[in-house]
This record gives sequence, C-alpha cells and structure tokens, in this order.
Amino acid sequence: MKKLPFQIRTLALIAVLVPLFALFVYVALRSGPLAPVSIVLATVENKSLSPALFGIGTIEARYTYKIGPTFAGRVERLDVHVGEHVKAGQALGEMDPVDLDERIKAQNATLKRATALLSETQVRKDYAKTQALRYEQLLKAGFASEEIADTKRQELLVAETALTAAREELSRVRAEREALEAQRSNLSLIAPVDGLIISRNADPGTTVVAGQAVVELIDPYSLWVNVRFDQIRARGLAAGLSAQITLRSQAGELQTGRVLRVEPLADVVTEEVLAKVVFDHIPDPMPPIGELAEVTITLPTLAETPVVPNAAIHHIDGKLGVWQVINGDLRFTPVSLGIADLEGLVQVQEGLKIGDQVVIYSENALNERRRIRIVDHIPGVTQ
Amino acid sequence: MISLAGRDIMHSWGKFVFTAMGLGLLIGVTLSMAGIYRGMVDDAKVLLDNSGADLWVVQKDTLGPYAESSSIYDDIWREIRGMPGVKQTANITYLTMQVRKSKEERDVRVMVTGVTPGEAGTPGWPPYLVAGRQITRSHYEAVADIASGFKLGEHIQIRRNQYTVVGLTRRMVSSNGDPMVFIPLKDAQEAQFLKDNDAIREQRRRTAENPAFNQPGMPGLLDTVIASQSTNPYVNAILVRIETGHAPEEVAESIRRWKRLTVYTRDQMEEILVGKLIATSAKQIAMFLVILSIVSSVIVAFIIYTLTLGKIREIAVLKLIGTKNRTIIGLIVQQSIALGLIGFVVGKISATLLMAPIFPKYVLLEPLDSVLGFIAVIMICILSSIIAIRVALKVDPAEAIGG
Repeated sequence: MKKLPFQIRTLALIAVLVPLFALFVYVALRSGPLAPVSIVLATVENKSLSPALFGIGTIEARYTYKIGPTFAGRVERLDVHVGEHVKAGQALGEMDPVDLDERIKAQNATLKRATALLSETQVRKDYAKTQALRYEQLLKAGFASEEIADTKRQELLVAETALTAAREELSRVRAEREALEAQRSNLSLIAPVDGLIISRNADPGTTVVAGQAVVELIDPYSLWVNVRFDQIRARGLAAGLSAQITLRSQAGELQTGRVLRVEPLADVVTEEVLAKVVFDHIPDPMPPIGELAEVTITLPTLAETPVVPNAAIHHIDGKLGVWQVINGDLRFTPVSLGIADLEGLVQVQEGLKIGDQVVIYSENALNERRRIRIVDHIPGVTQ
Repeated sequence: MISLAGRDIMHSWGKFVFTAMGLGLLIGVTLSMAGIYRGMVDDAKVLLDNSGADLWVVQKDTLGPYAESSSIYDDIWREIRGMPGVKQTANITYLTMQVRKSKEERDVRVMVTGVTPGEAGTPGWPPYLVAGRQITRSHYEAVADIASGFKLGEHIQIRRNQYTVVGLTRRMVSSNGDPMVFIPLKDAQEAQFLKDNDAIREQRRRTAENPAFNQPGMPGLLDTVIASQSTNPYVNAILVRIETGHAPEEVAESIRRWKRLTVYTRDQMEEILVGKLIATSAKQIAMFLVILSIVSSVIVAFIIYTLTLGKIREIAVLKLIGTKNRTIIGLIVQQSIALGLIGFVVGKISATLLMAPIFPKYVLLEPLDSVLGFIAVIMICILSSIIAIRVALKVDPAEAIGG
C-alpha cells in the first residue's frame, strides 16, 4: 500500500504525457508540408458534348432612319415625340421656308407675265403673217414695191422667232417655279417607312446643318442583337444556329433566336468576332435599343468521346495533362484535348481512356512525391 | 541509479506540468511568429507560382504588376508572342478591391485577377481547384479562393456586374494575403478602368460643355470624343511562358532590347516581392521573433530559478550527505530540459492546432523551423539554468540544519 501513491502519480503523469506526445507526433506528420494532400478523383466518361458559345451584345435596330433637312436651316415645327409610331409618308415636321413662299409668289407672277408675253408675241406674229400675205398679193398685182414685200416677210420671220422665245421663256419660268415648289416640299420631314421615333434631336427654332438628323426612327420589327464573341471561343459560329438570349433587365428569362449572319469583318482591336442574332419573337414590350444581352449559341451535339472536367487539366513543364493515381502514387499523364463545352467538360483525344480515374480537385499543387489522401470532397468546401 | 530530477518532478508533477504548459503556449506564439513570416514569404511565392509564368512583361521602368502599378496596351502581347523563345503569352490584370456578395452587406477584400480566356493551363489561370470548374464563358463567371468565403453558385458583385462563382480554389492569394477572385479579362479591364455611372455622366457633361469638342457645325464630333474616352485598352502585365531550351534571361533581354518594355524573370520577381514588397512587414515579424525569444528565455530562467530556490533546503541536504556537484547540476539541467521538452511539445501542438487555423493570415509551420526551434528551446533552457546552478552550488550545506 505504501507504493500506491507513487504509482498513481506515475500513471497520472503518463496519462498526461503520452497523449501529449502522441498528439505531437500526429501534428508533426499530419500538418504542414509533410501532411498528405487531399484529392478528389473523377472518372473519365464517355459523353457527347453539346458545345456552346457565349457572347454579349447590345440590342440594335437593323434599320435606323435619320431624318433631317438637305439644306441648312431652322426647324419650324416638329409634330412627333420619342416613342410615337409613325406611318410611311407621314409628315413629321417642317423646316422654316424663310423666303421660299415669297419666291414662289414672285415666280407665279413671272409665270403670268411670261404667259402674257406669249399672247402678245402670238398676236404680233398673227398680224405680221396677215401683213406679209397682203403685201404678197399687192406685189403680184403690181401695187407694192418688192422692198416693202420683203420687209413684211422679214417682219413675219422675226415675229415667229419672238413667239418661240416667249414659249421657251414660259417653260423656263414654269420649271423654275416647279423647282421652288420641290424645294418647298423638301422642307417637310417625311417618314420613309412605318416606324418608331427613337430620338428627337432638335426642337423648333433650332438651326441645323444640312444632313444633320432632326429625328431618328427605327423599324421596331427589325431588332437584332449585335453580339461579340471572343475570337478564341468562336469556333463553329455560323449563320442559322439557334441562340438563347438573356436581356440584362430580365435575368433568368430566356428568349430564343438564331444567328442571322456572322460579320465578315472581325474587330481587330478587341479580338472579337461579331455576329447578328435575331429574335424568333420580338419581346413585348420592346427592349430598349442598346440594352446589354447575353447570348448563348448552341452548336450541334458532338459524337461520344472520353471527356474530363476542365478542373482536372494542369499545365506542367510545358505540357497539358492530368494527374492520375497509379498504385497509390501520383503520375502526370499528358493529354491532347479537343472541344470544350460551357459546363466545364473537355474532350480528350489522346492519353486517357474511358473509366480512367483522374484527379479533379486537390488541396494543393501536386507533384510526384506528394503523399495523397483520397477524399469525397476537399475539407472546407461546403457541399 | 535513481533519477533525482525524475523523483523531484514526480514529487510535484502537477505544478511542473502546468508550468511547462504555460511555457509551451509562449513557445507556441514564437513558433507561430516564425510561421507567419514563412507564410508571408510563401504568399509571395504562391502568387508567382500560381501565375504559371516564366517572365512578366510590364510597363517600362516600373516594378509592376505586384509591387507597383503598371499598365500596358492590351495588344502588345501580339508583338511579344512573335519574339523568339516565347511559347505562350497571356494578358493579366490585378486589382485589389472590396467585393460584395449579392444581397448581403458584408464585403470581402480580394484581389480581382483578370485572366485571358483560353483553355485550362493558360498562364494566370488558377492551377488547381478544390471544387467546381474553371471559367468557360468569356464574361460574368468567377473562380474564387475559398478563403474569401464565397460558395459555388453564389453571385458576387464586382463594380456594376454580377458574377457567378463557378469554381473554388485554395491558397490563391495576393502578396498581402488577400484571397484572389479570377474573372475573365474583358470584365476585369472594365472593373479596373470603368468609372461609376455618376463619373461617366459628369465626364460626358464636361466634354459636351467644351466648345472644342461640341462644335455646332460638326454634329458627330461629340459622340466620337465620348466614345474615345470610354475605351480602355490596358492590362497590367503580360505573362510569358518560354519554350524549353531557352534561358529566361536571354528571352527577357531580347524583349527589353527590342520592345523597350521592362521584363522580370521569376527570380527577379521573387526578389521584388520578398525583398521589397514585404520587407518591412518581414522585419517587423523578425523583430517580434527576437523579442519573443528573449522574453521566453528570461521566463525559462526565472522558472528554473524559482524551482531551484524552492528546493534549496533539499539541495543543502544533498550537499550535506556529500552529493557531487555534478549530480546537483544534472538535477537542475535535466529538469530544465524536461521543462523545455514538454513546453516545446505543447507549443508545437498549440501553434499547429490552435493558433495557425484561427490566424487571419497564412501561417506556414516548416518542419525545419520546428527542428531549429527545438534546438533553440533546449539551448535556451540549458543556458537559463546557469543562474540556478550558481545559486545551488553556492548553498552552504549548513543551511540544511540551521535554516
């Protein structure tokens, strides 16, 4: 019994120290650089990918009509406002004619004067003709001299010429008047097609230069999306492919459409390919011109091939490849890759076969000497 | 032969173990401090490793993109790509900013990294993931470091756009230890250079009021000027991977010479990050480390000293019965080493299990550091027992009786 207190003490001490050292050994081996790296494995599957392209664009109208005067001038009235629908041929407004009406009045007077002049020359010619005939008969009868008869003949010719001149003068004046009238009607701003007013750039009283747009109208049924795709991810883009359009204002709502055309000119600066995507049904209400839209183009489904998730692909020493676990050790297998889809799967052309296990996630960068521990999911990732 | 030290420890083991544990916590803090320093250096190195680049091409005469701001045109990569020895180039942008989870008030400080779209393995891409997938769309997707607290499928707001977190990664941090969020390059350029809507409107108004840009006779000029103001063809750096068989310095030199840009190799970049960027904080940590080591050794000395003083009468008795000095020195030194041993074990455990996980920055406890720490602890224990040994040796055996 005498030794018992000593034994209890020893036991207690051992009870404290042994777990402490055990914990120490565990800590030294299981944490820090010596600890095994948790990895998650994935199986190479045989799957057919439906690759897709993703781009963003803006809503644009295919036809935009900028309506303005062909001469510099002042806007007199503008009857339409932004948002109004107009019909083809409808007068949208008018430019100030300044003195054009007065000039037309003057031209009218000139016209009348020319008409009067024409009548006068006609009368003169008729009289000259009568005189010429008379002196012809008198000459035959020997009552008049040859000279007088010649004079009368010449007078007739002069009168005829004067008549032609007056006739031409009349048509000149008439043409000039028509020109003024054409100018006058050119001052009306006429809608060339049925459309929607999208911009009113000047109000009555504003002076605009020739060619400056006073109102802009679009054809609301010709909306399309001008989409930009990064050149690196534009393979397979072609006219006629179906598209899904998400407007920025309506996240979550999909509109369907199709690629109308791929622009033959790419953007050199931004390294993008441009395409026009049209809606199958133009959304109602009409989305504003210039709104951002995300467009996903679905490409034809590919044949079944081995696929791996893109998270499994690593770049080591200039080679693309995947990490595989062979007999409990890590090994880097170079692969050559094919087409990828938007869900993160990539075709494997060479290097792996269906059913192979590859490392998809790892807690740390891997190398061939790392100890590993295979887990369902990396610790710390909430499922 | 019986161990005097062992018997003495056994005599009041509770007190001894608790003292050792207290000391252990102190050693734990010291080890953590070394770990913090290693963590800072490691942060800098993983930043370089993760970018997967051999060369960094940056604005001329800057230390960019990590240590200084650098901006170069985003089409310069084409010229670089054509240089001999260059295998792959990728534009990259870095921007440290606060990022908010959608529908939440809390924001996180992250380094938003804009990566060139392409296939996995493009320089600048996160080299490994812990969940989800890499970015596949060229807009509005993000891969976030797990330390940012973002989860898969969550929407985060960076400037005016929302991004969906499609992948998670780990240990992708800036040199400050801020978690990284990878987004497509074009979005990142926008996030970096695009001003807020107010600023844009103000800028438009300013331009419109400038008679030089808003001439009555040239209706299209203002729009043209505004359009030219809102472009941003810049990136922070170009990451270059070189072909095998070419020396990085040789390729770097030819880019420097012919393209008149500043180029850093991996070694130079590490020198900039470790030697310049984190130099002050590293010195700070080193100072703390020294202070803590001194404090620890003083405390060990005090503990041993008081322990020895507590049993001065017993030592006198030992002397009286003719114990050799060596035995007494052994008693004290053995006790001191035992104290250090337990202290170190407790310290290592507490540093690894308690301090490192909750510390906001990355704490890297290198095994070599632990070995060095262990040697240092034992040395300090031996050295600090000297005073106690002096006291013990000076004890007059008569005290055992006289007291």
